[in-house]
Amino acid sequence: MLKKTKVPAFYEHKNGLPHAERMLQGPFALIECYQRIPCDPCQYACPREAIKTFQDINDLPEIDYDRCNGCGRCLSKCPGLAIVIIDSTFSLQEGLVKIPFEFLPLPVAGDVVEALNREGRVVCRARVLKVENAQWQDRTPVIWLTVPKEHVLDVRNLRLIQGDERDGGRYNCLPL
Amino acid sequence: MRCKRERVIFLQQTEIAVVGGGPAGLAAALEAVKMGCQVTLIDRHAFLGGQLVKQTHKFFGSSKQYAGIRGIDIAKRLAGDLDSGPGKVSLELNTTVLGYYDDGVLLVEKDERVSPLFPERIIVATGAMEKMLLFRNNDLPGVYGAGAVQTLMNLYGVVPGCRVLMIGAGNIGLIVSYQLLQAGVEVAAIVEGDTRIGGYLVHAAKVQRSGIPIYTSHTILEATGENCVEGAVICQVDEKWQPLAGTEREIAVDVICLAVGLTPLTELLRQAGCEMYYVPELGGYVPLRDENMQTTLPHIFVAGDAAGVEEASIAMVEGKIAGISAAGSLRSCTKIDGLLEACRQELHELRAGDTGDKSRRGLEKLRKTMEKRKYAEKDESTGLLRA
Repeated sequence: MLKKTKVPAFYEHKNGLPHAERMLQGPFALIECYQRIPCDPCQYACPREAIKTFQDINDLPEIDYDRCNGCGRCLSKCPGLAIVIIDSTFSLQEGLVKIPFEFLPLPVAGDVVEALNREGRVVCRARVLKVENAQWQDRTPVIWLTVPKEHVLDVRNLRLIQGDERDGGRYNCLPL
Repeated sequence: MRCKRERVIFLQQTEIAVVGGGPAGLAAALEAVKMGCQVTLIDRHAFLGGQLVKQTHKFFGSSKQYAGIRGIDIAKRLAGDLDSGPGKVSLELNTTVLGYYDDGVLLVEKDERVSPLFPERIIVATGAMEKMLLFRNNDLPGVYGAGAVQTLMNLYGVVPGCRVLMIGAGNIGLIVSYQLLQAGVEVAAIVEGDTRIGGYLVHAAKVQRSGIPIYTSHTILEATGENCVEGAVICQVDEKWQPLAGTEREIAVDVICLAVGLTPLTELLRQAGCEMYYVPELGGYVPLRDENMQTTLPHIFVAGDAAGVEEASIAMVEGKIAGISAAGSLRSCTKIDGLLEACRQELHELRAGDTGDKSRRGLEKLRKTMEKRKYAEKDESTGLLRA
């Protein structure tokens, strides 16, 4: 099913999601890795050992959400760019989504950008809170986006708004 | 007849000649040097690393190996290891191996001069070449192989065009599509003949969240345009890959990029007389070899895509095995069996995933053929085999 429809449908990563209660307690990592491939950097990346030890290098990662605090080490170590950090507790209306982003030009903090879903469709606008681009992240910058809470599970990419549409100051979310 | 002084050609000797400086060849040379052998590494390019030098993405695989490191950096690391090693590797860059002679001599060409090289063991790690696809106007300028697009962009900083149609949703098609996006080139769509995506789904997800559609069960019928590519006609195919009438549509693009698979580069092995066997799962004709990567000629070993098209991380482990077994046939070392077993275990793990089924099928065919052959030739063993 997944291979044919290609874009992971929501129900297919339901298993990977923490309980609704845990989601309201603070940031957590979501690993969208649904295929047994030989790859294991995520389990060694976690300083809190929240990613269960693999029996086999092809194992799918499984997170212990009692241990995960959403620090984002795994996000930057995943070669498949398949991990996002989600924090639904960011503010009353907004959630925080941290995504890997390997395109130039990079957005800068304060930018308002278009937030895209797994199919590359615009779901809303987002404000860039921070751009991490440290040496240990090895040229995979991490963008912190604040989005309306209802979109935190959908936003996976961003697109800069060109020219006069670009609005650096005002938070301006237009649901489509 | 008298020769002029500069025309005198000396026969160079070496213990192990490694042909090809890609991931497999580099790994083989490193292991052989570690075991104290004198190694000559030959590559026709001016740099080491083979295809790694264009792989700007982070690699999968084991953290014990090179997982999470970009291919370009793996190439630098391997070449660096070779430099800082015991120093017995003589590097022959810009050098092409032209052929193999029955007495075990390799003819190599450098700067338009040909010279013979006499190695005691040969490791062939020549890699693979891209397959072509048959469709109308496939010779129009603007039809590229994915490797060429990668070379242009990632090696020379040249984009191939403005809008690309990618043919093939294997790992190469998906990765090159992503790299095109990174270079600011528009990718109109990815077309795949199979009913499903062949490459890793995480690679597919990366291009899909940028809005690139992947059309499975589709193929290209023709390239359109007068003097260069101006568009492509694609259509749906049935389960036997036959075009379905009435589903044709034209997409305006100026580049058609073909990522439709690779086939092992085995000319040297074939010419040397290694027994070959046709295994479509491994990309075409591959040399028969045992689990130590030894071909049917006991002094010739093979590694990497030349032994069957698979992933770069597998090529590196195969290279290690070939390097260790070639060196082990020259030097006695008690650790060899343990080292080889560890590598074989690693290979087994790397191939055990969802996407490894094709290689597993192909390798099983090879193994069975090898077994039959061993049985038939039990009595006429050549004696050159490792004790």
